[in-house]
Formats: sequence, structure tokens, C-alpha cells
Amino acid sequence: MEKNRPLVEVEHLKEYFKVTDGFHKLTLKAVDDVSFSINAGETLGLVGESGCGKTTVGRTILRLYTPTAGTVRFDGEEVTAKNIGHMRKKMQMVFQDPYSSLDPRMTVEDIIGEPLDVHKLYDNRKDRRERILHLMELVGLNAEHARRYAHEFSGGQRQRIGIARALAVNPEFIVCDEPVSALDVSIQAQVINMFEELQDKLGVAYLFIAHDLLVVRHISKKIAVMYLGKMVEVADADEVSDHPLHPYTESLMSAVPIPDPKIARERHRIILEGDVPSPLHMPSGCPFRTRCRYATEKCAQEMPPLTDRGGEHFSACWNK
Amino acid sequence: MSEVLLSVKDLHTSFHTDSGEVQAVNGISFNVDRGEVLGIVGESGSGKSVSAYSIMQILANNGYIKSGEILFKGEDITKWSEKQMSEFRGKCCSIIFQDPMTSLNPVFTIGNQIEEAIRLHTDKKGDEVKARAKELLELVGINDPSKRLKQYPFEHSGGMRQRVMIAMALACEPDILIADEPTTALDVTIQAQILELMLDLQKKLGMAIIIVTHDLGVIADMCDTIIVMYGGRICERGTADEIFYNPKHEYTKGLLRSIPSINNMKKKLIPIAGSPINMLNMPNGCAFSARCDECMKICLEEIPQEIRINQDHLAACWMNIKEMTEAGKLPEEFKGELPQCLRLPEGMGKGGND
Repeated sequence: MEKNRPLVEVEHLKEYFKVTDGFHKLTLKAVDDVSFSINAGETLGLVGESGCGKTTVGRTILRLYTPTAGTVRFDGEEVTAKNIGHMRKKMQMVFQDPYSSLDPRMTVEDIIGEPLDVHKLYDNRKDRRERILHLMELVGLNAEHARRYAHEFSGGQRQRIGIARALAVNPEFIVCDEPVSALDVSIQAQVINMFEELQDKLGVAYLFIAHDLLVVRHISKKIAVMYLGKMVEVADADEVSDHPLHPYTESLMSAVPIPDPKIARERHRIILEGDVPSPLHMPSGCPFRTRCRYATEKCAQEMPPLTDRGGEHFSACWNK
Repeated sequence: MSEVLLSVKDLHTSFHTDSGEVQAVNGISFNVDRGEVLGIVGESGSGKSVSAYSIMQILANNGYIKSGEILFKGEDITKWSEKQMSEFRGKCCSIIFQDPMTSLNPVFTIGNQIEEAIRLHTDKKGDEVKARAKELLELVGINDPSKRLKQYPFEHSGGMRQRVMIAMALACEPDILIADEPTTALDVTIQAQILELMLDLQKKLGMAIIIVTHDLGVIADMCDTIIVMYGGRICERGTADEIFYNPKHEYTKGLLRSIPSINNMKKKLIPIAGSPINMLNMPNGCAFSARCDECMKICLEEIPQEIRINQDHLAACWMNIKEMTEAGKLPEEFKGELPQCLRLPEGMGKGGND
């Protein structure tokens, strides 16, 4: 596979939701002017606090939401309402909660087989069954599990079923929305390893959405950091973690609990004051300025653009 | 120097369920000293939360303490009446829960809920109560407390609600604060605020904290002493440094290998095989035996006792006993206590994990 071929290109993506507080009609800017690209066979980690729009980005790429503005191109072709049907053969999703994302009334065989049915990817019943068993083997499930129902499995196994379902159509790109956060610590590693192995084997690209920064750093080549619908920093995974430029990333990285008492004792935490502002009443200019220790007047007037600070390290801040 | 505040002795807690008795906690013992920060870590179903709830005696209706003692300042609280227990809760020992969204009552104001705790446990009346509530909110770092007291929980963010929970828990300056996954529902930056606040208050008020969590990062950040639990038993305990840098139980070792950390970023994670334990179907021997790479015959047959690795460290793993026996270093007092260990060399040998 050629390297560095941009597979998914997102440009100026906006996703606004119309909401009401009971009296007024308001616009919730869940994603506001976000651009990035993901290369074939690579992983982009997307991190940020709850409500910052990371899930919305993932869903909008797959057209589970219609974008308010901006374009998503997959392999050079623009994703539109018309062609999304066959585009979803190449783009799939793994959901956060392995308990509610599987139909309790379907057997594993039917769950994994459904995308095959939808896209008519088999010749006969035997072929269908073989494909399903192959997929199950790929994600480490036994063939005898095929006739069972989702409730008979543990969380880790259910997540494997969800991944097998996503892989059924042989996608080139999978949006993984917090795929390991509902799992136990000892099971997380199994699933993370599986994601990495599948990438090596099948060359799929991932958009890996998670809030656990150590997990994201482990699996991703690049990391993008979002804050209140805006992308504030994008760079190589180690670069973002070790040399964060944006003040928000800086405090985020310093706040990650590190499972190492010596490092934990020595490092200096940058504790942010206050809470994330409501996305319904966004501060003017840079959304982070209300909690930022470098904030100046300029920050209140204009949103800083995401610019390259050298070595493909993008950051959006006036002062840093 | 250190005073033992709470002493749990051979605690067994069970639940009646349709499928039979579930032994969630199987004979755990530990002490909490005054001013100590103790971490209890384990995955879901390891019995960590049930241990905490047993101390507070707030188990679900089908749960009960089967045997064992919980001594608070020398008195066995498992024998106390419900009236005595409601004195104990709040005044001597408080708990904060994982989900600050559901642990506050949505139809009462924040002020109302904090004042209730103060009224129940102190002699304060009228304006004194209001003043104390305000003082508490200030203590946990909430701006504009007079306004906040009149607001309802839905008007607060997750971090704020957790602060309110902490304020309520601290209303009567308890000796022990139990925090059951206090930051799991919160974002990273808010988590840092809350953890910092808890440590700060601990220093100010000198209470002991028991943190129950699955997050090894939080544990490393906060705790002096750590207890690792699996399948309702304690696998290993010791100071933070001992547990993280010198783990002696196969489960702890596996856990530390399986989480991404600064040191293994570019390496493959080494997961623990298998799935979490089924509490309805506990093995005869070590609870971890079915998932352990080093499992020996004896592990399947007998439950390992905790033995002392060094002054700050105990572990319950047959591997250690084997190594110590081979090196002829098995502690003298240990042999006397547990004669079955003298049989060890015969019973040992690889295999049996299929």
C-alpha cells in the first residue's frame, strides 16, 4: 500500500445543532471549522473533554449527521448524501458501549452477517457462513460462539463482536468511538493489541476517539486535540505528549494520571481553574481563553488559526 | 506513632442471588491508620467497592456481612444497631460515590442537602447550619457559595457536583473518607482538580482516605499504601513504590504490563489472557489461577496465604512461597502458622492450566 496517501480529508467541517432551552432557539456549535486528514493505514487519535465534539466529528465523517458546512473526502471522492450508501462499505464504526450497540435479539452470526447482507457480499449461504467464521477468527472468537446471543458474552468479547461487524465489509477506515473505555483494565490491552494487529494485517486506518490519553498515545501515530468544537493542536503522538504547544494540551498532558509513583511525585501539574464553558454560550474568540493563564485581549477578539509550528506540529494559539 | 483507626478482620461479604450465593468478599483484612491515604485497586467484580460498602454497611438488600469484624477505634461496628450506624456514617466515616450526577437528590437544593447532613450529625441550629454549609462550599473551592446553596444539582457541572459531594461528606469532619471511584465519571482536567482538592483537604483536616478505583494512574498519584484485590481477595499490598516497582503477585505484574505507560509506548502491550472471574464459580485455589501464566498445580488446589516480602510488602502468590522455599528463606513464623506449606515442594510442578 502506498504510504502517506491521504485517505480521509476533512475540510472546514461544521456541525451545528438546533436546540432550545425552553424559551429560546439556540445553536449548539458542536464542531466548528475543523480540518484534518488521515493517511491510509494510519491512526489519528482524537482527544478532548466530554462535550468537545469529538464523537460528533466521527459521526459526521460517516454521515450519521449531515454536516452544516464543510466537506469530507474519502479517497479523493466527496462523501455526499447520495453516495454514502456505497461509501459505508469502506468506512465503518465501532461504538463505545458494547452492551447497547449489539442487538440483544440477534445471534452473533446475524450481527456480523448483517453488513454482508446489506451490501450483498456473498454468493450463497455457505459463503456467508465462511466469511462470518473467518471474521470471528480474526478477532479471536471461537466458531462455537456463532449461534449465541450478545448477552452471553463478557464486555471484551462483545467489543470483539462489534469490531468483527465493522470489519465485515472490508473497510479501509474505521471510526473507533471510545472502544475500550467500557472495558476492564486487564481486558483493554487485549482489545488495543487487536486493533494494532488488525491494522498491520489489513491496513485499515483508524480515527481513534478516546479520553484516556495514555491509550491514545499508545495506539496513534498522530494526535489531534479538541476543545469546545475547535481543533487546538495536531501533531505526532509523542510530540503532542512531550512537547505540547497549546496551553490546553499542556495542562491536559500534565493532568493525566501516570501509573508510576516516582514520576507522579516529581512532575508539576498544571491545574486548570474552573469548568469547560457551555457550548451554548461560547466565549468570544478563542474558546479556551476563560481558563487560559496566557490569555490576552487579542484572544477575546479572534480565534487563532491552526498554524504549522514546524515539523507538522500544528497549534492554534496567539501566545504560544 | 501511627494510630490504627479502622481495622478490618477476615471480612466475608456475600449476596443472595437467584443463581445462588455470591461471595463478593472472601476474607480480607487490613488496617487504616489515621491520616493515611489507602488505595484499593482491582477490576470490576474484584470486591473493592463491596469492601467499602461493608465498612459503611450500605450494602444492597440482598447483601450481608457473613463473618468477620470491622473494628473502628477498637469497637466492632458490625454488631452495632442501625441507630448507632447512622451516627457512624457521616460523623466517623463518610463516602463519596462514582457518579456525582445521580448521588445528589435532584429535587432539593444543594444547600438543603448539605444542611441536612449538618443538622443530623451536629448540635448546630438555624443560622449556624447555614454558615457551616457556606464554609464547607468555600472549603471545597466553590465560588460564590451563597448563590450556589440555593441552586439545584442540575445547575452544576460534574466537577462541581463532586465538590458538593465532598463538602457533604466532610460536613462533620469524619476520621475516614471513603472515595469510591471518585473521578471515573469526570474529565481529565476536572479529575486533576478533584484529586488535588482531596489531597489538600486531607492535609488540612488530617483524615484518612480510602480510594477505591480501577485506575492505576490515580492510585500512583494519590496513595501511600495500596491494596490490590482480585476475586474478592487481597493479592498484594504494600507501599506505592513496592507495588509499582517490585510487584510480587502475578496479577499485579500482569496489570502493570498491560496498561500503556510512559515506558512501553512503542512496545506491544502484554495483556492478561482470559476474562474476568465469574464470582458464581470461584476456583478452589487462587482466584487468578485460570488467567495466570505461571500457574502451578498447587495454585489450582489451595488458596495462597499472604506472606511478607519485606517490611512494606505482602503478597499472596504461590510463586513467592516456592521461591522462598527453594532459597530456604521461608520465614520461620510463617511455617509455624501454616503447616500445609511444608508440603509445598511435593505438590509443586508446572502444568494444570489447560
